[in-house]
Amino acid sequence: MGMTIIEKILASRSGQAKVSPGDVVVVDVDCQVLEDMSFFHFGRTGPRDILKVWDPSKVVVIYDHDVPAPSARTAAIQDAGREFIKEFAITRFHDIGRHGICHAVVADHAYALPGTVLVCGDSHTCSAGAFNCAARGVSGPDTLYAITTGKTWFRVGETIRYDLDGRLPAGVSMKDVFLHIAGTYGDHATQNVEFGGSGLPWLGMNARRTLTTMGAELSAEFATFEADDVLLDYIKERNPEPFEAQDPDPDATYRARRTIQLADIEPLVALPDAVIDNSVPVGQVAGVPIQQAYIGSCANGTLDDLKVAAEVVSGRQVAPGVRLIVTPATQLIYRQAIKAGYVEKLVDAGAVVTNATCGACYGGHMGVLGPGETCITASTRNFKGRMGDPTAQIYMASPATVAASALAGVIAHPGEFFRGDV
Amino acid sequence: MIAGRVWKFGDNINTDLMLPGSLLHAPEEEQMKSVFSSHRPGWLAAMRKGDIIIGGRNYGMGSARPAARSLRNIGIACLVADSINGLFFRSAVNFGFVTLECPGVSSAFSEGDTAEISLEDFTVSNKITGTILKALIIPEQLLNLMCGGGIFPLLEAEGLVTPVRPVRAKEA
Repeated sequence: MGMTIIEKILASRSGQAKVSPGDVVVVDVDCQVLEDMSFFHFGRTGPRDILKVWDPSKVVVIYDHDVPAPSARTAAIQDAGREFIKEFAITRFHDIGRHGICHAVVADHAYALPGTVLVCGDSHTCSAGAFNCAARGVSGPDTLYAITTGKTWFRVGETIRYDLDGRLPAGVSMKDVFLHIAGTYGDHATQNVEFGGSGLPWLGMNARRTLTTMGAELSAEFATFEADDVLLDYIKERNPEPFEAQDPDPDATYRARRTIQLADIEPLVALPDAVIDNSVPVGQVAGVPIQQAYIGSCANGTLDDLKVAAEVVSGRQVAPGVRLIVTPATQLIYRQAIKAGYVEKLVDAGAVVTNATCGACYGGHMGVLGPGETCITASTRNFKGRMGDPTAQIYMASPATVAASALAGVIAHPGEFFRGDV
Repeated sequence: MIAGRVWKFGDNINTDLMLPGSLLHAPEEEQMKSVFSSHRPGWLAAMRKGDIIIGGRNYGMGSARPAARSLRNIGIACLVADSINGLFFRSAVNFGFVTLECPGVSSAFSEGDTAEISLEDFTVSNKITGTILKALIIPEQLLNLMCGGGIFPLLEAEGLVTPVRPVRAKEA
């Protein structure tokens, strides 16, 4: 029998003809991403030092969680990172000013290449699966192993194949597709997810990355897209390095094969505290009062997300008593959004557009929730306490639904406000 | 053989619940004081060293934060769950916290039962009801790391990282 996309990448990078579910493989790491939190684990501000970097040319360092530093401690951690970069002559460094959420910076520059292996400590590293790349978060200790040895290990899981067919209706986004999958099929722990289907030509890289980023919330081991012209053209404009994309074999073995008719997807909301088995149509919670609306993160801080938000709020005003906070995922996206006029529309409507950072998504800074508050967020997680106080309630939805809710002051269907074409 | 009193936790337990985001930059001694603080207030005071957690599906979903280290630090002897998030499992291996996947385990135990776990034949036994379940086998190399203090001793032995600096040992 043949192999799925992820099986073929893992076989190729572990030097084997074939791998199968149940195998544990040791692979060569093609790209190693470090973010500022890494320097909490090693270097001058960490408990120990790294004595060796396997190949500095394979390392990318990107500051994202605490930028610009909100405390003396995080400032010291970032300074230690700069020392590390000098010591090991790492050239690909995105310091403050050229920074952004690391997974989105990886996309901006196409550091993730088809058919390769990319690792980072952070859980949303699976974002780069949109690039036909075996990418996943490995946490701090395995980051040390990979950066010092050039290798890491993976368990090979079974694969669920999703065929995305047709086109999304206006005002519906890949976040809604994710909420549909999480609400219909539950978690995918120990399994991979693979995306393809006849709808791919209409799904840009930003839309795909929303879905692969949220693969972490499905607990998928890997989330990968097929490599098509949309992807190959995107890479050609950004990264001249050679690569070999991996297509699934026609006789690949899947645990299940499911078709999503994109035209049938409607705007959904995840109720507070969990994203698995917790999605409802917007109408079911419409009218719930909110104090904060947030659009950002590695899943929903893309230029397309900012465009949708700007179109929804354009010429209107955020409701009194509501904070609409919009966080572009990278400094590059921020600049593009300024040039396209999105930032002006958002700010004119009463939104706060912040610097690019993981920020409020992880309850770090620039939009932390207080006791008893209710937030609707287009970010990655709605866990209890995730964005601040554990008594805060966090609903999760698409940027269009979040922007519409900010205008209404209560959770609202985007159809009431939506004027654009996603 | 590992034996201990059972605490039951449900499906989709995320790492924010075990290690709140407000403590991400705190020393591990501080992090371990807030395990399940908002999810199950009072549990930390009630549990004892050597107790065992039995979880449901998708245990440890979410952030890469070192929640497995906190469970190890408070003295949980072993975690067994119906299924486990892959990133949490990596952390369990790397921080030396014994963690097993065992489909069906959550329905085979009630809170307060005594569980007995064998890492020789990967069995999970309920000493109260007599039920014996088969856990998924952990490959030998990973099991050696998990039971041998995690990945740091290996990294140190191979000269890839320094040992923990003595002055900062408490933050290792």
